[in-house]
Amino acid sequence: MADHAQTAPGAGETRRDFLYLMSASAAVFGAASVVWPFISSMNPSGDVLALSSIEVDISSVQVGQSITVKWRGKPVFIRHRTPEEIEAAKKADPVVDASGNVVSNPADLRDPQTDASRVQKPEWLILVGVCTHLGCVPLGQKPSDPRGEFGGWYCPCHGSQYDTSGRIRKGPAPLDLEVPAYTFEKDTVVKIG
Amino acid sequence: MAAVFKNPVIRWIDHRLPVFSYLQHEANDYPTPRNLSYWWNFGSIAGFMLVVMIVTGIFLAMQYTPHVDYAFNSVERIMRDVNYGWLLRYIHMNGASMFFIAVYIHIFRGLYYGSYKAPRELLWMIGVVILLLMMATAFMGYVLPWGQMSFWGATVITNLFSAFPWIGPKIVTLLWGGFAVDNPTLNRFFSLHYLLPFVIMAVVMIHIIALHRFGSNNPMGIDMKGPQDSIPFHPYYTVKDLYGLGVFMLFYAFWVFYAPVALGDPDNFIPANPLSTPPEIVPEWYFLPFYAILRSIPNKLIGVCAMFASILVLFVLPWLDRSPVRSGAFRPAFKRFFWTLIFVCAILMFCGKYPPANYWLPFEFTVVTPEALQESAKLASPDDLWAISFAGGRFGIQIITLGQIAAIYYFAYFIVILPLLSIFERTKPLPLSISQPVLKGGGGTPQPAAAKPMGKA
Repeated sequence: MADHAQTAPGAGETRRDFLYLMSASAAVFGAASVVWPFISSMNPSGDVLALSSIEVDISSVQVGQSITVKWRGKPVFIRHRTPEEIEAAKKADPVVDASGNVVSNPADLRDPQTDASRVQKPEWLILVGVCTHLGCVPLGQKPSDPRGEFGGWYCPCHGSQYDTSGRIRKGPAPLDLEVPAYTFEKDTVVKIG
Repeated sequence: MAAVFKNPVIRWIDHRLPVFSYLQHEANDYPTPRNLSYWWNFGSIAGFMLVVMIVTGIFLAMQYTPHVDYAFNSVERIMRDVNYGWLLRYIHMNGASMFFIAVYIHIFRGLYYGSYKAPRELLWMIGVVILLLMMATAFMGYVLPWGQMSFWGATVITNLFSAFPWIGPKIVTLLWGGFAVDNPTLNRFFSLHYLLPFVIMAVVMIHIIALHRFGSNNPMGIDMKGPQDSIPFHPYYTVKDLYGLGVFMLFYAFWVFYAPVALGDPDNFIPANPLSTPPEIVPEWYFLPFYAILRSIPNKLIGVCAMFASILVLFVLPWLDRSPVRSGAFRPAFKRFFWTLIFVCAILMFCGKYPPANYWLPFEFTVVTPEALQESAKLASPDDLWAISFAGGRFGIQIITLGQIAAIYYFAYFIVILPLLSIFERTKPLPLSISQPVLKGGGGTPQPAAAKPMGKA
């Protein structure tokens, strides 16, 4: 027992250290491979991922109207914008060069993006309706809702205000409302996700 | 007895909250008999299985829906869609079997080496409480997937309580929360199936406190008489336990990865149908012996009482076996009866598996239905309980008869054989101490090596 280690002084040390190192690495590797399936099981499962895209018929949405659809458990705003709203959005655009870098930002946008980069068809604005501050759903979808100073959306939680392009203009939110990946399947059908 | 630690942070904490002293004392220095065999590994293996079951169970509960309309599908979703859900479920499902294997070996080790005898009676009784809690937990867990066997197992087992006169039906209605096994039953079983493992954990702690009062029993069944009889728990038994655990894990992994559903019943792949009972209701393997005892008695109330008594008798075992010699190694007659008991438990397990009316033909090792046997030999009525048949030179015995003989031996072992053995058995002489057979010169001499502090090897 105790005498064992003393039989080979000096020479035994590195050998013992090497054994310790190897067994510790094996133990860490083993522990990680046991822990991983448990952690992974908490990530979205196959059936959740399979529901990651939806198709929406937008033929009945009149100019000036908005609809809200649920996508991945979150609201998606689809607004059929009026020419005035498109005009107002373009007015606040920053100036960008050919590669998309901001040259000047006259409206002093916090997260400068041009309106054209946020839409595929100017009349259809499609946004994830989740405030970029702390995840509330901003008001502005119904005609009776407050829309804030910039005519877009107003978040009731902490007063963030978005314009008619869904860009943050006032309040604590750091980023513009997110534009989800979408494609127009037909003129009247949009596939989100 | 506070230990001295080099690390100042540990010393600071230990002075105020002596957890490190406690661990040092109970898991490091803890003097353990130097002669423990591998049969003593199964306590720690059972403890490990409890942790495995709790951890996998918590993660499975994150995905499971306790509702009659969704339970079966949520389990299928775990198998198909949840990342590694199949692995978590197979670890949990087969873990129940592994837990019972470990615990049964642990119990039979205690029976053979007399670990239930003074001064360890309470330790043993707390262990029986753990067994009962485990059985309740396993039964309720089996109901959760809401397959056919889940549903009908739940129906049959809850109906056991209806055997008690007058209050029986009231108890059953209370258990069900309705007029049959239904959604309220499933919900409460889920709740209790989540709760009971933590209760088991608490009782295991008490079990360990009781164990550490007098320390482990050992293959010789004699007390440690001094430091020459013991070695510190760490590193000697931590390493031995880990090695045994590794071997056990290989066995466990075989079931999980190569035969994950072999221990289950195919009927549980069919969603529960309250309007149709499967042709045969068979419990999981670890309940088969008790099920056989239940079925061997053709009276409902007595059958149920016998089944409960088969476990409850363990509570009074320390007072039934009065022999002062603990270890079976020094009890020649006891040994034979003990191994017969093992064999009889295997027979009971076998009897629990097959319909009681069937015949077992031991020389062909087959089980046949009474109709088939009658067809071949025009026997007496298959309903005759004691029919032993000679059919064209074949010798057969009805499963229920076999079960009855085995059940009688099971109870006789505890109630008749052990008390009589304690009076009439001539035991072999016991060694003077644990170390005497190994170290010449008797146990009284302290060995120089053992007298040194057992630090790092």
